[in-house]
Order: sequence, then C-alpha cells, then structure tokens
Amino acid sequence: MTTTIQPGTGTPAEEPQILKQSKMGTGAGSATWPVRVGLLVLCVAWMIPALGMLVNSFRPRDEQFASGWWTAFFNPFGSSWTISNYTTVLTSDSAGIPMSQAFINSLIVALPATVIPILIAAFAAYSFTFMQWKGRDVVFVIIVGLLVVPNQVAFVPLVKLYSGLGLNGTFIAVWLAHIGFGMPLAVYILRSYMSGLPTAVIESAKIDGASHFTTFWRLIMPMSTPALASFAIFQFLWVWNDLLVALIFLGRGDNTVATVALQGLQGQTGAGRELIPAAGYITIIVPIIVFLALQRYFIRGMTSGAVKG
Amino acid sequence: MAIKILNAVIAILGGIGGAIIIFWILNKLAESLKGRWEDRVKPWMFAGPAILAIAVYLIYPAIVTIQYSFANEDSTAYVGFKNYVDVLTDKTFLQVLFNNVLWIVIVPALTVVLGLGVAVLADRLRPRGEKTAKTFIFLPMAISMVGAATIWRTIYDYQPQGTPQTGVLNAFLGLFNKDPVYWYGTDTLHLNSLLLMIILIWTQVGYSMVLLSAAIKGVPEDTVEAGRIDGAGERRIFFSIIIPQIWPTVITVFITVLIGVMKVFDVVYVTTNGAYNTDVIARRFYDELYTQGNNGYAAAIVVILLIAVIPILIYQVRHFRAEEAAR
Repeated sequence: MTTTIQPGTGTPAEEPQILKQSKMGTGAGSATWPVRVGLLVLCVAWMIPALGMLVNSFRPRDEQFASGWWTAFFNPFGSSWTISNYTTVLTSDSAGIPMSQAFINSLIVALPATVIPILIAAFAAYSFTFMQWKGRDVVFVIIVGLLVVPNQVAFVPLVKLYSGLGLNGTFIAVWLAHIGFGMPLAVYILRSYMSGLPTAVIESAKIDGASHFTTFWRLIMPMSTPALASFAIFQFLWVWNDLLVALIFLGRGDNTVATVALQGLQGQTGAGRELIPAAGYITIIVPIIVFLALQRYFIRGMTSGAVKG
Repeated sequence: MAIKILNAVIAILGGIGGAIIIFWILNKLAESLKGRWEDRVKPWMFAGPAILAIAVYLIYPAIVTIQYSFANEDSTAYVGFKNYVDVLTDKTFLQVLFNNVLWIVIVPALTVVLGLGVAVLADRLRPRGEKTAKTFIFLPMAISMVGAATIWRTIYDYQPQGTPQTGVLNAFLGLFNKDPVYWYGTDTLHLNSLLLMIILIWTQVGYSMVLLSAAIKGVPEDTVEAGRIDGAGERRIFFSIIIPQIWPTVITVFITVLIGVMKVFDVVYVTTNGAYNTDVIARRFYDELYTQGNNGYAAAIVVILLIAVIPILIYQVRHFRAEEAAR
C-alpha cells in the first residue's frame, strides 16, 4: 500500500492511529501561548477577505463606495444594511442573466456531470482491479499519466468538432467534456480503493458461482461507497467551480453558469458594481455547504494521493 | 427554465439508466460468447466505456492538437514549424513564459512551506482546536478561483485618489497619508503577479496542510523518541527525523500544486485579463484560441505546455509503479 499517505482511499481498513503521547512539548494539547495566538491570527487573516465580501454584500451601493467594509463591520448599528443587492442580482440582467438562472444552470451542468461518470468509472475500476486481461496494466499506466495532462490539450479540436456538430453552447457539450476530463481521476480513485478491498470476499463470491456483474453490484459497489462519495464531491466541486470549460463550451447566453456570470460582472465599473459581492456569495455558497457537510469524504479523496491535470 | 430543469433531470436519469442498460447489454453480449472468449471480452466490456471517454476527450484531441500546431489559423493547411517559430520569437510570449516560471518557482514552494507550518503548529492543539483551525484554513479550497478573486477585491481594491478607499491595502496606505496604489497595474518587481499568486496560495494552503498533517501524524513516535534519547533538540528532530519521513508527501503536494500552477488561468483572467504584464500561458492560449481565432498558434502553445508537463508525467508514472510494487 501507499507508504506516503496513510489515511487514503487506498486503505479502507485503516488501523487506528496510535495517539502521540504529549511529552517534551510536541503532542496534542502542548501548544504554548505564542503558538495559539499565532494560529488564531492566521485563521483570522485567512477569513478576513471572505468576511469583507460578506459585509459588503449587505451594504447599499452608496455606502459600499463611501467607506471600506470594515467601517460597517466595526460600527454595525451606525450603518445601513440591505438585502437588495441579492434580490437585484438574482432577478435582474446585471450579470448578463439573472444570477438565479445562472445558479440553476450551474446545477444543471454539475449534477449530471458528477453522477454519470461515477458508474462508468466504477465498472472500469472493477475491470482494472478484479479481472485479468492482456494490456490491462499498460492501459492503466496511460490513465495515470493522463492525470497530469492539462485539459487544454483537448480544446482546439473539441471546439472545432463541436461547432461542426452544432453542440457549442449546449449543456450536452459541457456534460460530455466533464465526463471525459474527469474520467482518469475517477478511475484512478476508485481502482486504488477497490484494490484495497479484501480479496477473500471476492474469491468466495466467485466460488459461490456469482458472475462478475453480480459481484460488482452486490459486493463491490456497496463496499466502495466511501470512494464513490469522495469522487462525487471532488467532481461536483470541480465542475461547479470550473470557469474555463464553461467559458469555452457554454459561453455567455441563456446557459451561462454562475462562475462565468460572476466573471462577467467583474468588468462592471458603473451601475451593477455594488452587486459583485452578493453575486460572489451566490456563486460560492453551494461549494462551501457541500464542503462543510462532507469534509471527511473530501479529505479522504485528497489523501488518496490523486492529482488532477 | 422548466424545460431546462426537465432536460437536466432527463440527463441524470437517462445518463444513469442508459449507462446501466449499456453495461447490462455489454455484459450479456460477453456472456453469450463461449468459454475462453467470454473471459477475454468481458474485461473490455466493463472498462470499454471509460476508455472510450478518455480516448475521445483526451487522447484523440491531444493528437489532433499536435497536428494543428503545424497548421495555419483555421487548420486548413500545414505551415511546418511556423507557429513554433512565431511563438518562441514573440517577445510578448517570452514574457508570458517568464511570468509562468515565476508562478512555478514561487507558488508550489510557498504553499508547501505554509501548509507544513500550519500542520505542525495545529498538531500541538487539542483535537477540537486543531479541527477548527484546520477548517478555517481549508475552507478556501472549496471556493472557485473566480470567487476567490472576487473575495480578494476587499483587500486589493483601488479607488481614485481623493475618494474613500474600499480596499484594505489602500486604506492602510491612507493611514500614513500615502497615495493609493492601483495594485493590479503595478508591475514593479512583478508586484501585481505576486498579489495574484497570494490569491491562489490562499486557496491551496489548506490542501497542503491536510496532506502534510496526515503525514506528520503517521510518523512513528518511537523514531522521534529515539532522537530525543540521543539528545536532539526540537528543531533537529523536525529537520532530521520528521522531514525525511514525510518527504514523499511533500513531493506529492508540491507536484499537485505545480501542475495547477502550470495551467493557471482563472485568477489572471478574472483580475487583469493578462494586462499589466501579468499574463500566463493558459490565458494567452485562451486568447489566441478565442479572441484571435488562431488555432495553429493556440495549439503550439498547448504543445509547449504539454512538453513542459512530460517530466511530471514520467515522475507520476514511476511513482505509481513504485507504489504498486510496494503493495
């Protein structure tokens, strides 16, 4: 098993970590005051930019540009607050299309682009782990290599191909692109998890006469839930947060996603400028909720040593 | 709108249902074959759709891109090495290349060092405090680069002199009666590029911290103990005992961030769109492909990027093989 990273998707049966004893001032709970204060300062510094945007998103236009966000933060009762930035940007065309529509477009893009590759990748991972075939290892090594190849290599021909098929600007174009681009990582994560599953279980299923198809559905899929969840979170965040693929294959128009709409709003210098913070929060709220709720799986996926090109 | 949502639901259900049906049919097809052939064909039926997706969306386009890099603007005639000559003799592109090198030199190293620092310090807190501190540092990882760039306006924002400053940095300068600075437009010592790098680092340190923290917790206590018995100080223990043992993870983090940085696009595109000498390869590529419509030039840029990635690719494959052998 991987020697580099311990709690990864590759080690489903993780042995309990031996807790470090706090001796000589390095164990848990041994932090000195300078360490605590230092970390506190760092955490606060890390959150300041996001806090500033949150404050500004609720300030009326004239106040946003009459003083910095900290003025309202330190004097909350002497400042006026409003939710009109949110209501305006959600319903008006300031960002090209209403942010509410862009938000729904993001969901429309991200959900199928997350769910569909999982099954395809799971079948492939099963084949790479539990079936013997000629060329298997070579094909897998190619997939491992492709993990680091930038998606940009595919853009020029795909744009040409899509315009020939009239697919540019359609959801299908982005779905298929994300399925293709996400596939190496999906196969890699799922295979590395499956190869850590106890082989005895699979062997006994085989002896009992279960076909590969049955073994896959009844045994491997249920046992692989943690890895399936990690990949799902990864892919969802990746697709939701993506700007480049959406810009190239979906562009601006009725199908614009939230990141592209937010980017379009950045250029505003006059009216609409006060809407940027609100639009920002509308764009990042879903990933933040997903992340906070499913942090455990997200970390598990990361520590599997996977990288995405 | 309703139609769109309906379409998406159909896509999800149809995609999953369709995939199940396809795999079921492929499986039946394989089972209908006799004896050895069934065992030979079935693995391909299972892995086939994934391999097809990768072939259509990565391998085939990569080959065509290489081909296009030797062709003209609309990929209708070959022009030999003209695109490469154009790219590599273009002074502006060399500047872009240099900017990318700056990103590559600074961002991965700083991300690793900062992540390691937080991991080591947070390790000394009680579990509850450690978890909270880590969540704060880690949270920006979930945010898109567009979102992050928007968030950092609260720090970097610039208003003309004489008007109230809305960015933290300029407000700070104002305390000392200094003129406000248009940060994104200040390329003295590549200051603006550095400020953009901070945005990327802000989102990446959490990743580095989580991996390195897991590695540090995996260092066997008895090795540290042995160092102590031999009279090594904390610093010595950290650099001579802990660092060597977590080195493979340091490399993993470094490489992952490095790959991200080599194709960095979003943060530059959203903030300066490559102006004020902040341009990077991936943004230039987008510009050539989209704004200029020059397929050949764009393809040549990607091929250069691809060549730059090859050493990492070789490392990745070797690393994978070594891990497999250790299984």
